[in-house]
Amino acid sequence: MSLASLTKDWAATSYGFLDASAKRELRRKMLKAIAVPGCQMPYASREVPMARGWGTGGLQVTLTLVNSASVVKVIDQGADDGVNAASIRRFISRVSGAAETWDTLSATIVQSRHRIPEEIMREDQVLVLQVPNPEPLRGVEPNISIARQMHADADYGKLWLTLYEQIVRKGRIMQGASYPAMVNGRHVMTPSPIPRWDVPKLNMARHLTFLSAGREKRLHAVPPYTRVEPLVFSDRPYQVEDHADLTCRRSGVRGFFMNELPQDGGGSVFEVSDSNLGIKAIDKADGSAIEIGETWYRNGEYSA
Amino acid sequence: MTTTPLLRVKGLTKTFRMYHLDSMLHAFEDISFDLYQGEFLLLRGHNGAGKSTLLRTIWRSYLPVAGQVLYASSHGEIDLANAADVDIALLRREEIGFVTQFLNARPRVAAQDIVAEPLRLAGATQAEALDQARHWLDQFGVRPELWRAYPSTFSGGEQQKVNLARALILPQKLLLLDEPTASLDVGARAALVRRLADLKSQGVAIIGVFHHPGDVAELIDREINLNTRVIADQSAEEDHVAV
Amino acid sequence: MSLDLGLPALERAAPRLMRTEPLLNMRDISKSYGNVRALRDVDAAVYPGEVMGIVGESGSGKSTLLRMMNLEDTPDSGNYTLRLPGRENENLFDLTRYERRMLCARNIGIVYQNPHLGLLMKHSSSGNVAERLLIAGERSFEVLRDKAREALDASEFPLDRMDARPIELSGGMQQRVQLAKAIALEPALLLLDEPTTGLDVSVQALVLDTLKRLQRDRKITMVLVSHDLGVIRTMADRVMVMRHGEVVEQGLADQVFQDPQHPYTQQLVHAKL
Repeated sequence: MSLASLTKDWAATSYGFLDASAKRELRRKMLKAIAVPGCQMPYASREVPMARGWGTGGLQVTLTLVNSASVVKVIDQGADDGVNAASIRRFISRVSGAAETWDTLSATIVQSRHRIPEEIMREDQVLVLQVPNPEPLRGVEPNISIARQMHADADYGKLWLTLYEQIVRKGRIMQGASYPAMVNGRHVMTPSPIPRWDVPKLNMARHLTFLSAGREKRLHAVPPYTRVEPLVFSDRPYQVEDHADLTCRRSGVRGFFMNELPQDGGGSVFEVSDSNLGIKAIDKADGSAIEIGETWYRNGEYSA
Repeated sequence: MTTTPLLRVKGLTKTFRMYHLDSMLHAFEDISFDLYQGEFLLLRGHNGAGKSTLLRTIWRSYLPVAGQVLYASSHGEIDLANAADVDIALLRREEIGFVTQFLNARPRVAAQDIVAEPLRLAGATQAEALDQARHWLDQFGVRPELWRAYPSTFSGGEQQKVNLARALILPQKLLLLDEPTASLDVGARAALVRRLADLKSQGVAIIGVFHHPGDVAELIDREINLNTRVIADQSAEEDHVAV
Repeated sequence: MSLDLGLPALERAAPRLMRTEPLLNMRDISKSYGNVRALRDVDAAVYPGEVMGIVGESGSGKSTLLRMMNLEDTPDSGNYTLRLPGRENENLFDLTRYERRMLCARNIGIVYQNPHLGLLMKHSSSGNVAERLLIAGERSFEVLRDKAREALDASEFPLDRMDARPIELSGGMQQRVQLAKAIALEPALLLLDEPTTGLDVSVQALVLDTLKRLQRDRKITMVLVSHDLGVIRTMADRVMVMRHGEVVEQGLADQVFQDPQHPYTQQLVHAKL
């Protein structure tokens, strides 16, 4: 037995870019995060060849999960073809040998910035959300030590107070993205800047969701079939964006979350935010044998 | 009149220690007397003889240094000379009244509310209490237009009427009167005597100090003269005044 | 010379007529900060519906004691009970942070001298009151609003300003918001730490009057800390006089002011205008 037979050959990078100890740490934190849904777990957050704030948190989770059989979809605001999304997807594929896809149905890992796909995700899929600020209490408690005590005590009065103030000042709740939500009846999380439209998709979802913030070095998770309840007053029901009646000008799909494109001379046109859903709809209309999965929203109504 | 006294005062002694003068002041010493239900006891004595001090010692604004004040409360006999503060507070709420020449007027409380308060505290409804309050304000000659005004701005005489109406609205078992007729006009004085006679006939025991005992001559059952008992040097007693 | 000062006042007996137990009971509270003894074997009992005044100069330990009543601080030794249903014999200093927070939110209200300690200055006044209700689990916006309005009204706060931020309000109004917040959940105990110190005399009188009204209408048990004898005299049924961390004298308010027993109390009373 020689030393050479006990060690691996030298390689320029580790499989999946992150070294084994980095991945081991992340796996531990991800398991902990699953064990305590919605509770933020600190992690070391290694350097990756991307600037902090561009999805490094999500990337590290994806790199830990990925293997050569994985199929990876990466979206940025719902689009697969954004520069950032395309770069991340190609990077993951290069360091792991995983396949790339734009199709939600065929992906095993979906890494996303600010959206959850419109097609319902399955038990065998994992959603990785890139999170800029994982701390829902930051706006009300700048001292992180006290914020952690507040989480420990489930002391969320000040978050409710923020919503109260919005109704008092503006007549309605103004919180658009990052709407705070109670996970499993215990921890309040910020579900990354997904629109209100997407928050119900996390409630009792079949898939596992990780939410990871590389700059803030913390991650949390929503395990499959876990309650995710947006904070609302009993007499002020939760409302999603008013997109139910909007139609995509390119694909013609209707009743999904739309991007608004303001036009010269006033007025707006709309395009479906989940761009691959639009593409699939166009292809299907053109006669291709395209499968569009079940969607969380039907006819603009949440129904999953 | 029952056979057991309501109040048995035994060897009551009060001295004031004044640390800043490094001296002490004898107010009275070894006072003993019994008081029965429905009895009216007058305290006599020249200025500084300790009349007010004795009243205040029974009321427990002053702490005695020796003796007993055995009082037959509805809850059993208790020595007022050394009873716990909370017990004294309880008796002041429920059984013992003290009428001084000074009204403890509070800002923004109407005359009728001040008068009604003891009834309210005793559990009467707002309407009942106000009704009674207005009755007694009327009896003591406070003009109706003043009933809803704040007595902190009243003249001394008007304040004293409000004070008396309040102090006498709720029958007590024991009533201590410290010169209640000072600054009263004739009409109010007559109303006071009527009310006192009324309370006395209901069995209220009264100990009083009066500038002009003639006002209540027909009510007096007994007198104690403090002059004969007094020990020298009470000159500074007038420093201790006012509830 | 001082040997010649005659008999001390009679030692007072234990309560015999009071049929209720004290709401608040503190025993043998001692606390040191480094070499400084802030409190030394302090006992306190406050009965339901009573206003207990605590007087003393700066550094006498009166505010430290009040903070302990609010469970913000823990003594080195001592026992603290509140007669709350199910908690009669529990030393509250043994509670966990979480239990303390819940107990305080539901059962103890506090008004600080400095409104910045008690209020979120940039939230609405009604929101400051609503926060207490939110902590207690109220989740209806309309109920929150109604109860906040009710508490502000009871504190005689002008309702047309209920959504103004405390930072925009006068000192007296800020104290009323603190008071509304403190009483919103109808606490068993209301703690007042120099509630009118720093206010104009006329405003001070109005705030004290509000406190009196609340005390009369709701029979709230209060502990009032002040260095201002006038405030204590207006408000308190009984008084504790503190000096150098110890209670030097305790008695009915009128007795402490008219017949003070301790040399320090005499000095304090005589020094008053």
